[in-house]
Amino acid sequence: MALSVDDLRVYYRTLKGDVRAVDGVTFDIADGEIMGLAGESGCGKSSLGNSLVYLTGRMRLVGGRVELDGRELPVADFRAMNEHRFRDISVIPQYAMSALNPTRRIGGIIGDLLRSRGYRMDEIKSELIRRLELVGLDRGVLDLFPIELSGGMKQRTVMVISTLLDPSLLIADEITSALDVSTQKAVAKMLVEFREREFVKSMIVITHDISILVQVADTIMVMYAGHLAEKASAQTIIESPRHPYTKLLISSLPEVGVRYTERKLVGIPGIPPQLLDPPKGCRFADRCPLARAQCREECPPFVQVAEGHQVACWQEAA
Amino acid sequence: MSLVEFDNCCKIYKVGAFGSKRLTAVRDVSFDIGAGEVVSLIGESGSGKSTIGRMILRLSPVTSGQIRFKGTDVAPLKGDALKEYYRHAQAVFQDPFSSYNPIYRADRVFKLVKDAYFRGVPRDEWQRKLETSLEAVSLDPSQVLHKFPHQLSGGQLQRLLVARALLLDIEFLVADEIISMLDASTRIDVLNLLGDLKARGLGILFITHDLSLGNYISDRTVILRKGVIVEMGATEKVFGDPQHPYTQMLLASVPHLHHRWEDTEASWQAGDDAVEVDSHESTLVTLEPDHIVRREAA
Amino acid sequence: MKEALYFAVRNRKLVFGASVVGAMLLFAIFGPLLAQHPALEYGGVLSHAPTTHDSYWFGTTLLGQDVYAQFVTGLRLAFVVGALGGGIAALVGMLVGFTAGYRGGIVDEVLNMLTNVVLVIPTFALLLVIAAYLQVRGILAEAVFIGMTSWPWAARALRAQTFSLTSRDFVGLARLSGSSSWRIMTREIAPNMSSYIVMMFILLFGNAILIAATLDFIGLGPSNTISLGMMMQLSVQNAALQLHLWWWFVPPGIAIMLIVGSLYVMNVGLDEVFNPKLRSL
Repeated sequence: MALSVDDLRVYYRTLKGDVRAVDGVTFDIADGEIMGLAGESGCGKSSLGNSLVYLTGRMRLVGGRVELDGRELPVADFRAMNEHRFRDISVIPQYAMSALNPTRRIGGIIGDLLRSRGYRMDEIKSELIRRLELVGLDRGVLDLFPIELSGGMKQRTVMVISTLLDPSLLIADEITSALDVSTQKAVAKMLVEFREREFVKSMIVITHDISILVQVADTIMVMYAGHLAEKASAQTIIESPRHPYTKLLISSLPEVGVRYTERKLVGIPGIPPQLLDPPKGCRFADRCPLARAQCREECPPFVQVAEGHQVACWQEAA
Repeated sequence: MSLVEFDNCCKIYKVGAFGSKRLTAVRDVSFDIGAGEVVSLIGESGSGKSTIGRMILRLSPVTSGQIRFKGTDVAPLKGDALKEYYRHAQAVFQDPFSSYNPIYRADRVFKLVKDAYFRGVPRDEWQRKLETSLEAVSLDPSQVLHKFPHQLSGGQLQRLLVARALLLDIEFLVADEIISMLDASTRIDVLNLLGDLKARGLGILFITHDLSLGNYISDRTVILRKGVIVEMGATEKVFGDPQHPYTQMLLASVPHLHHRWEDTEASWQAGDDAVEVDSHESTLVTLEPDHIVRREAA
Repeated sequence: MKEALYFAVRNRKLVFGASVVGAMLLFAIFGPLLAQHPALEYGGVLSHAPTTHDSYWFGTTLLGQDVYAQFVTGLRLAFVVGALGGGIAALVGMLVGFTAGYRGGIVDEVLNMLTNVVLVIPTFALLLVIAAYLQVRGILAEAVFIGMTSWPWAARALRAQTFSLTSRDFVGLARLSGSSSWRIMTREIAPNMSSYIVMMFILLFGNAILIAATLDFIGLGPSNTISLGMMMQLSVQNAALQLHLWWWFVPPGIAIMLIVGSLYVMNVGLDEVFNPKLRSL
C-alpha cells in the first residue's frame, strides 16, 4: 500500500473558530495508482492534498495518521517532513507556474532545490536533461528566465522539477486549470507517462474537472464539504455512481455532443454548507433529493459497497 | 437585419514607449448576431475574444472597421446616445467577485441602474420591478438583497448581474466567460438561464474557451484563433464536421466523459503550435450555407 | 468597517502612536492659552533655566524670550504646516494620480512627465530663489511650497493603485450603467483606496512637519513668527549647546521627534489593521 490515510482531520484557525476543511478522511492508494480527487470549490480537496506535504500557517492537524510505503509520515512536524519532501512525497502546487522565481534562471532554481536536498547539480544534470527532453523542452531552457517560457512550458518545467528525485507519491493540484485545452491534453498525458516510466509511483490528481480525470486516472475519489462521498474506478464513477451527489454532478456536465435543445441538463440547487459550524449529519443532506431523517442526524460512514467501490451514504450502504 | 453586425473589425494596440510598436489583437473579424440567437465565440487565451466583447460595448475602441447595432454604427455614440445604447446592450463578465465593488452591498448594482435610467420611479414600483427581475433568474429576493458580495456565492452573483441587465429591457447580452469561475453544479443553472433568455428573444454573444459549453447552448459558433476567424457557422456543422485543422485539433483535445482521447502520441508539438497559423493571404471560403472556413489562397 | 475598528483598538502601535499625537495636539491647542508672555517679547532674565516660581516654565533664551511661549506657538504652527502642507500634497497627488491611472493613454503620459519633472526639481534651490523674491514669508507660503513640491510620490503611488482598480470589472460595469467618469472615480475607485489614502495622508503630514523643521533650521522659515525649527536654529546660532542652555533646544527637538515618530508608528499599526495578512493571530 503506497499511501494510507486514516481519519485525517485538518482545520483552519480563524478568529471565529475552526473551519473544518478536512474532517475525518480515510482512504488508501495502491502502488502505481493514479487517483483523481474531484470536488467543487471549498470541498477540501486542495487542503487534503496540501496537508500531506506541508501545513501552512493557519492549518492545524487535529487528528489522524498518514502512512507512506509502510512508514508514518510526520505531517504535523514541518522540520521532520523536510526529509520526505521531494524525495518520498512531492507536490505540484496550484499556480505552480507563477511560483517560479522571476529573477532566477530555471537552472539556478533547480540547482538550489537539489542543494537543499544534498545533491549536486552535476550528479543529476544528465538525468534532468533527459527528462526535459522527454517533455519536449530543450536543454537551453535551463538558461532561460521564467518570463521567457509560455504557460505550458512552465507547467512542464515544474512537473519535471517536482518529480526529479523520483518520489513515491506525487500530488498534482489543479495543474491543468489555467491552461488552454490543447496544452491541457499534453500535460495530462504526461502525468500518465511519468508513471509509465516510473518517475513517480502513485499520484493524487486534484481538479474540479472530472472529464480530465476520466482520461488519466485509474480511480476517482469525490469529496464534498470536507468529507469523502465516493471512491471507485473512473469507469464506475462515470457510468454507475452510487452517491447522490456524484450522480447529480455527473449528470450536470455538458459534453460535446449534448445540446440544450435536445436535453436540458440540470444542476444541483443550493450551496455547500459552511465549514465553520457544519451540520451534524450528512453534509449533503440539504441538497439531496433522497435525504431522510437519519441522514440529518448521523454522518454516514465511508464503507465498501462493492469491490474497489466505497460510498458514504445511508441509502446506498443499506 | 441582424441585431449586431461586425464589419471587418480590427483592434491594434500601441505598445512600447510612446506607442512605437504595434500589437494586432483582432484582425478582419466579420460576423453577425440575430435576435433570439446565441452565437458562441470560442477561442483560447490570446485569441482576442474578450477584446471583441469589449469592443461591442464601447469599453475598448475599434481601430478600424465598424460595429453596428440595429444598423447604427456604435463608435460615434456619446453622452445620452451612448446611455441609450446601454439600455439595449449589456454585459456580464467572468469574475463575479471582481464585478462587484467589495465595499458596497451587492444590490448597489441595481441602484446604479436606477439612478441613471429610472430616476423618477417611486420606491414600491421599483421594488416590484426588482423582484420580477430576480424571479426571472430564479433568485429569492429575501436571500440576495441587502447582502455584501462576499456573503453570496458565485452563481448567485452572476445571476444577479443578469437580473440587473434584465431591468433595462435589453435586446443584446455579451456573456464573457460567465460560468468559467463557477462550480460545475451551478454552471448549468446559469447556462440554462441563458437558454431562457434566448427564448424571450434576446441575442446573446457567448464568449468561452470551453467547447462543450459552446456546443450545448449556441445556435452558431465562431472559432477564433490569434485574432482571426478560422471557422464559423451553424453549431452542428462546425462541431459535427470541422474543416479547419485548428478546429479539428481543438475538438480532439477536449476531454470526454465517456471515452478516452484517441491514443495519439503525446507529441509536444501538441497544442497551438501543432497547427500552422493562417497567413495574411488566407481568406474565408463559404463551403455551404452557414459553414465558412479560412483557407489559404490557392 | 466594523472589523477594521475592532482591530484598530487592539493594535498597540496604532493606539500608542495616536495617543502621543493626540496629546501633542491637545498641548498645541490649549498650551498657548496658558502662555504668560508673548513669544517674541524680550523681557525676561537672560538665559534663565526653567523654574516654577516665576512664569518662565521652560526658561528663557539668551535674549530673554519665554521658551514656553515660543514652544507652544511653534507646536501649533507645526500642526498647521503639517495639515496644510500635507493636505495640499495629498489633494494634488490624488487629482494627478487618479486621473492618470483612470484615463491612461496620452493623459497618463503627460501627467507622468509632469510628475517626474516636479520630482527632480531641486526644492532647496527653488526655495532660495523664492526666498529672495518674497519680502515677508508667512507660514501659509511655507505650507503651500511644501505641498506643491512633495505631491509627486503620492501621485505615483495612487496612480499605480488606480491602474489596478480600473482593470477590475466593476468599473466596466459602472460605465455600462451610465455612470460618468467623475462619479466612477469618486464613488467606485477612491472609496476602495480609502485605507491607502489615509495612510498616505499621515505620511505626508509627518513629512511636511519634517521638511518645515528643516527649512526653518537653515533659516528659510517664516519671517514673522517663531517655529520649532527656528527655535533650534536660533539656539545653535547662539551657541546654546556650548552654553549649556539645554532648555532652549531640547523641547523643540523632542517635540518634532515625538510627533513625526508617532505618526510613523501609527502608520505601521494602520497597515496591520487594514492588511489582514500582516496580523498575527
